[in-house]
Amino acid sequence: MTSATHRSAEEIGRTARGPRPLPPLGEQRAAADLSHVDTTLANGLRVLAVRKATVPLVEARLWIPFAGDDALHPATAEVLAETILTGTARRNRIEIDAELALIGGDIGAGVDPERLVLTGSALADKLPTFLDVLGDVLTGATYADEEIAREKERLVERIAVSRTQPRTIAREALQKHRYGDHPATREVPRAEDVAVVTPEQVRALHQASVLPRGSVMVLVGDLDPDGVIGELEKVLGGWASDRSAVRLPPLPDLTGPSVLLVPRAGAVQSQIRLSAQTIPRTDPGYAALQLANLAYGGYFSSRLVENIRENKGYTYSAHSGFEFTDGTAVVNVDADTATDATAPALLETRYELGRLGQVPPSGDELESVRQYAIGSLLTSTSSQSGLAGQVLALASTGLGLEWLNEHPARVAAVTAEDVAEAALKYFAPKRFTGVVVGDATVLERKLLALGDVVVGEPA
Amino acid sequence: MADPELVRYTLDNGLRVVLAPDATAPVVGVSVHYDVGFRSEPEGRTGFAHLFEHLMFQGSESLEKLAHFRHVQSSGGTFNGSTHPDYTDYFEVLPSAALERALFLEADRMRAPKLTAENLANQIDVVKEEIRLNVLNRPYGGFPWITLPPVLYSTFPNAHNGYGGFEDLESATVDDCAAFFDTYYSPANAVLTVAGDFEVDNAKKLIEEHFGDVPHRPAPERPSFAEPLPTTELRGEVEDAHAPLPALGIGYRMPDPINDVDSYLAYLVLAGVLTDGDGSRLQQRLVHKEPLVVDIGAGAGLFGPFEARDPDTFTITLIHPHEVPRERVLAALDDELEKLAETPPSEEELRKVTARWTASLHSEHDRLVSRTLALGSFELLYGDASLVYRLADRMSAVTAEAVSAAAKALRPDARAVLVVKPASEGNNEQ
Repeated sequence: MTSATHRSAEEIGRTARGPRPLPPLGEQRAAADLSHVDTTLANGLRVLAVRKATVPLVEARLWIPFAGDDALHPATAEVLAETILTGTARRNRIEIDAELALIGGDIGAGVDPERLVLTGSALADKLPTFLDVLGDVLTGATYADEEIAREKERLVERIAVSRTQPRTIAREALQKHRYGDHPATREVPRAEDVAVVTPEQVRALHQASVLPRGSVMVLVGDLDPDGVIGELEKVLGGWASDRSAVRLPPLPDLTGPSVLLVPRAGAVQSQIRLSAQTIPRTDPGYAALQLANLAYGGYFSSRLVENIRENKGYTYSAHSGFEFTDGTAVVNVDADTATDATAPALLETRYELGRLGQVPPSGDELESVRQYAIGSLLTSTSSQSGLAGQVLALASTGLGLEWLNEHPARVAAVTAEDVAEAALKYFAPKRFTGVVVGDATVLERKLLALGDVVVGEPA
Repeated sequence: MADPELVRYTLDNGLRVVLAPDATAPVVGVSVHYDVGFRSEPEGRTGFAHLFEHLMFQGSESLEKLAHFRHVQSSGGTFNGSTHPDYTDYFEVLPSAALERALFLEADRMRAPKLTAENLANQIDVVKEEIRLNVLNRPYGGFPWITLPPVLYSTFPNAHNGYGGFEDLESATVDDCAAFFDTYYSPANAVLTVAGDFEVDNAKKLIEEHFGDVPHRPAPERPSFAEPLPTTELRGEVEDAHAPLPALGIGYRMPDPINDVDSYLAYLVLAGVLTDGDGSRLQQRLVHKEPLVVDIGAGAGLFGPFEARDPDTFTITLIHPHEVPRERVLAALDDELEKLAETPPSEEELRKVTARWTASLHSEHDRLVSRTLALGSFELLYGDASLVYRLADRMSAVTAEAVSAAAKALRPDARAVLVVKPASEGNNEQ
């Protein structure tokens, strides 16, 4: 193309010496034990503080169970998350932002049907200022009328943008199809609900639901774990209530129904989303299930990716993974495919589900996913933010840092029989429900022919 | 903070090496940066650099198709690659026991990749799906990185779509791949970076063992992509079938990122003063006070700063409600820039921006994958990986006057304005 006298592709792919052997793995050093404190403050807040001084920062995560069954709850919660950082009795919106900026800090808030999460970080030597701002917001957010009004307008616009994203459309369809009208399905509030939320309702929700008891705070970074607990008692002492944060009602076990083809006229690509009930991290069988999932579609070298991406070119990304909701777990399978490739991709996706149970992972496959599970845990927890995320995910289901330390041994102990059993039990095609969102005029005939597919809008 | 240890040297075949040992976690990052990106694609071959990146994962002399992925992941590692305007990178992060494997995998494809018709056809399909996912089937897909350059720039290297047109992708041949490899993927045109948990002497020995016999080929001469500055406001328009709201992408030229680093950094500080946080100028006025826009952001580079040579683009992107006329948004923006041009920002405004930059650079370097890639790209583009560790200080030294001068240079008569129109809007002018 550019080089005038280049070699041919065949010449490029060959050397005189010929193919070389893969070098063996060297000796692996274990991760250092991290000094940490896992305790509950007087106000009922569980705190995990972990020292990891790789850079002079501290990462903070606060998880507050935040369910509600009121029809306006999703909209009110969304407005609350958008405005919780817009002012307190001591600081207005600009002052909060300025104070955080000057300490290299940030705090963001996000909400879903299960929980409200505050995520933040700051330069480590400015931690007291960071915690002071956080405590101020938790105990003194004012939700000024004009801030609420403005954020509601922006939220309505943003919901409109979000609802045009194929992945949001598919997620919403999946939630409704598998869980009906359970509160867990209300992930993106309706614009018309947001429009009628009042400042009084937002303040009342903060009062009723932004609560320390039952919530979890994780701090990871260049900090003294014991010292920071005392600091927190001081800063968050005024954040108190006799009641506990509100947990989501249990999700029903997933047993069906058929896969739903949801029409999206003119779409050039379809979203395939399948889902089945599995077991949470606290279950003794989790490590085997985790390895079965990796072998199916949980990493790039999985059967699903090799089949529908690397061999057939149906998709750019195919993936399977767990979704944990308050003590329960499902496994989800996702792929986005060109309209023409959608029916064959669904066929192959189901084929691989069936095959995982009938032809369970071989010895090589098992060792590969085992190393990947252990290695990716090392990698993902080697940064402060990665570790903070992991610890929060564990703590929100009642687990602690010891789970992280012990998990490599659990993964190492999984046998081929354990994985075969998990594959047969949890990946059987008949266990899966789900949706396909795409151009129904092209897809309908072929998808219906595959069986266990119906057409329609989600309930 | 003192610079962490950094070892830099060059192999006999021209491969530049950066070693950054750090034993705080038992993991290691390995990357190879090749000095070719989508600005080097010839006409009629849009998207080729990125397509070629996919092919580099499809096998080499010692590794059959799919083996690369399996060997990285079965060693407990993760991998990826990405194509930028001026370079293409490949990387792995693994438990430190797998260092030699990672070096072996990168060396094998640098020495003898298998470029086959079958793999090419398969990856053309995969890349087309990637484009459908990220551009065609998504609101604001490719905005602004694909849609703004053709308005601001007039030459093919700077203006064309780096993802590529389907027709160009489909007509790529195996021989194109061979020519591209021999021209651009020589060791003398690449940087190898190793960061994390390893012994320097051992790493040097392994690198010599695996990369030492990759034959030298001369690095290609690097053309200049320079083009004259705009002398008038340039306007362009795209229709977006999925977008619910109109959007604007505003592009300005900026100082040479490589040869005029401090001026370039002043534009980064300016971006912070304009849109970083609720207290920033444009957030305060356009989002909260008036309010004219739903969201706004400003920054250097189409994918972020420090990843392109000259010419590079300063962008402001925003989404606004239908009922707000775009000229009103532009007028408010120009008004704020003019205020900054006349009165330099306050000390506190600067300290806010630089403290957040300091923290975000720490955070980036705390993630091994980001640190490895930053060291490699700075060695490649700037000839100096250690600049990574001095950026925070250089940013803090930017003066209020320099920021003011940068604001003054963002002139309405020397910029590109890309209008994104929701398809539902049709041809009705607002």
